[in-house]
Amino acid sequence: MFAIFVGITLVVTYWASGQSGTSRGFYTAHRRIGGLQNGWAIAGDYVSAASFLGITGLVAFYGFDGFMYSVGWLVAYLAVLLLVAEPLRNIGKYTIADLVSFRLRGRGVRAIAALSTLAITLFYLIAQMVGVNAIVNLLLPRFEGVIAIVVVGVLMLVYVLFGGMLATTWVQIIKAGLLLLTALVLSVLVMKHFNFSMGNFFGAAAAVPVAGGASNLLRPGLLFHGTLGALNLVSLGLALVLGTAGLPHILMRFFTVPSAKAARTSVAWAMVLIGIFYLTTSFMGLGAATIVGKEHIGRRMYAGQAIRYIAHHPERETTLNSQLAHSGYIVPESDSNLAAPLLAEQVGGSLLTAFVAAVAFATILAVVAGLTITASSAFAYDVWFSLVRNGRGDETEHVFVARATALVVGALAIALSIALRGFNVAFLVGLAFAVAASANVPVILLALSWRRFARFGAITGMLAGLISSLALIAVSPVLMGSHAIFPLENPGIVSIPVGLAGAILATLLARDRESEAMFDQLQVRATTGIGAEV
Amino acid sequence: MRHQGESTPWQALAAEPEFRALLRSRRRFVVPATVFFIAYYLALPISVGWFPKTMSRPVLGPLTVAYCFALSQFAMAWALLALYLWRARSFDVHAAKIRRRETREVLEQKR
Repeated sequence: MFAIFVGITLVVTYWASGQSGTSRGFYTAHRRIGGLQNGWAIAGDYVSAASFLGITGLVAFYGFDGFMYSVGWLVAYLAVLLLVAEPLRNIGKYTIADLVSFRLRGRGVRAIAALSTLAITLFYLIAQMVGVNAIVNLLLPRFEGVIAIVVVGVLMLVYVLFGGMLATTWVQIIKAGLLLLTALVLSVLVMKHFNFSMGNFFGAAAAVPVAGGASNLLRPGLLFHGTLGALNLVSLGLALVLGTAGLPHILMRFFTVPSAKAARTSVAWAMVLIGIFYLTTSFMGLGAATIVGKEHIGRRMYAGQAIRYIAHHPERETTLNSQLAHSGYIVPESDSNLAAPLLAEQVGGSLLTAFVAAVAFATILAVVAGLTITASSAFAYDVWFSLVRNGRGDETEHVFVARATALVVGALAIALSIALRGFNVAFLVGLAFAVAASANVPVILLALSWRRFARFGAITGMLAGLISSLALIAVSPVLMGSHAIFPLENPGIVSIPVGLAGAILATLLARDRESEAMFDQLQVRATTGIGAEV
Repeated sequence: MRHQGESTPWQALAAEPEFRALLRSRRRFVVPATVFFIAYYLALPISVGWFPKTMSRPVLGPLTVAYCFALSQFAMAWALLALYLWRARSFDVHAAKIRRRETREVLEQKR
């Protein structure tokens, strides 16, 4: 099943390889991706395997509290739609740094914007690649996790190096289609089980026994308790909702469409697809809770071939579990990530289980390809082309540096993921969102709307957001356990105001006439699209 | 093409009433919409965190207030999306008019 996906995507890459010879082709697919296609690609770039397996499992175990995660992932796109998508398309050429340094010219701003892009994409990339190890252990334990990381890494590099943005886009579109199809088929099969009656379905979900007795899956409080739980939720929600508007690999997708209007259309399609997917987590999760049963998800830790494997090698079960727990998959008293594959087995047989496993891998591939091309643009275009070579150097050199960077980033991600595969890297995704929300978003918004905004403010704001997110994560429960100095797992509620305050205060200290003079031009171009890159 | 540095024509364009009107109408939509969706979204974790009793009450069959509120977030997001797409059509027309006039003026200056 996975082999078919790989085969099709390689054909697409071969077809795309002729069109990625220039920097414009390599980074933006010549800005010829349509709004509808880009919407699918954004959905494919965004929904990760941790969402598919992880959130379904959380809903199966914790009901409402798990579903609350789903809500934020969709609502976040309203910030992208209303605040950044169109101005970014009108002002930028290849990267976020283009937007930020449009009026805040000078090497410092671009360098730090590129640094935060590289940091965010690398954190995200490592979290995804380490996840490969976990999924392999979960679904195909006869396979060595290291080999799987290398296979995924090399495939991703083939897409990016030879096919550039065009191949990456199509990998993401195909993956989004497969993922949505799987989620819908599973949901329909669940509803068929309940004779397509919502009443029966939610009634059965409410009747599932949960620890504590008095509660049920449709009530809040099974995962988050008390004031600290609520603060954690608010902090996570803020980072999620604002951070998405600062995620470089998502924003990069807006450079592939021909106009600001197409950028808007693509967010609209993405919101429809992403919304449908996250709604189905409710059906898949509660379906797994009612049809498979939590105790079965817990007891039967593995699906498909894995069950036979564990039967012959019982001694490996504990190692596998701890590896899963360390790779970003929340393992409660027993593991919930198998909710989706087990549900597939129950309602659709082993063919559907194999399909679910293949989709999980395709999902990771599409996300890591998008991340790698983004990191490559931040280094090759922002650092090398704009800063080191001062805009000189020809196309051949530019594309060569972009490909070389992608190769280095890919190799680095493979090596780091193999080295980190035994560690808990779940916090890296939260960290990526926190850095995006605290370092990128305040500066992007101020640059677009505040005439007085100064370069010194932008640099201070980005550094304050970046450093405070990193520092707070370092002293939070995820890294320090019960000795944590900072009580929340997600730093957003503190680091976002810190980033914003840094940008504003530093601006008030420094007058920047050049930036003020450029504001009119920025505003006219961002709003009307005059002089936008084509 | 005009380039960065020659600030005067851009300043003139930015001061034009037609452009100010476009900017104002965009802002009048985007700012309240953003405040609204962030408030509506944060109301979910806040209400669940501080009023768990009320939120656990079943309202629609077995569905609790909390679950209905969470589902309503999807409806809210899609409704706001539709509203923005509808409003943005007039922004597009307005922006295209300014863009066309600008290009014409630049061409005339060249002649």
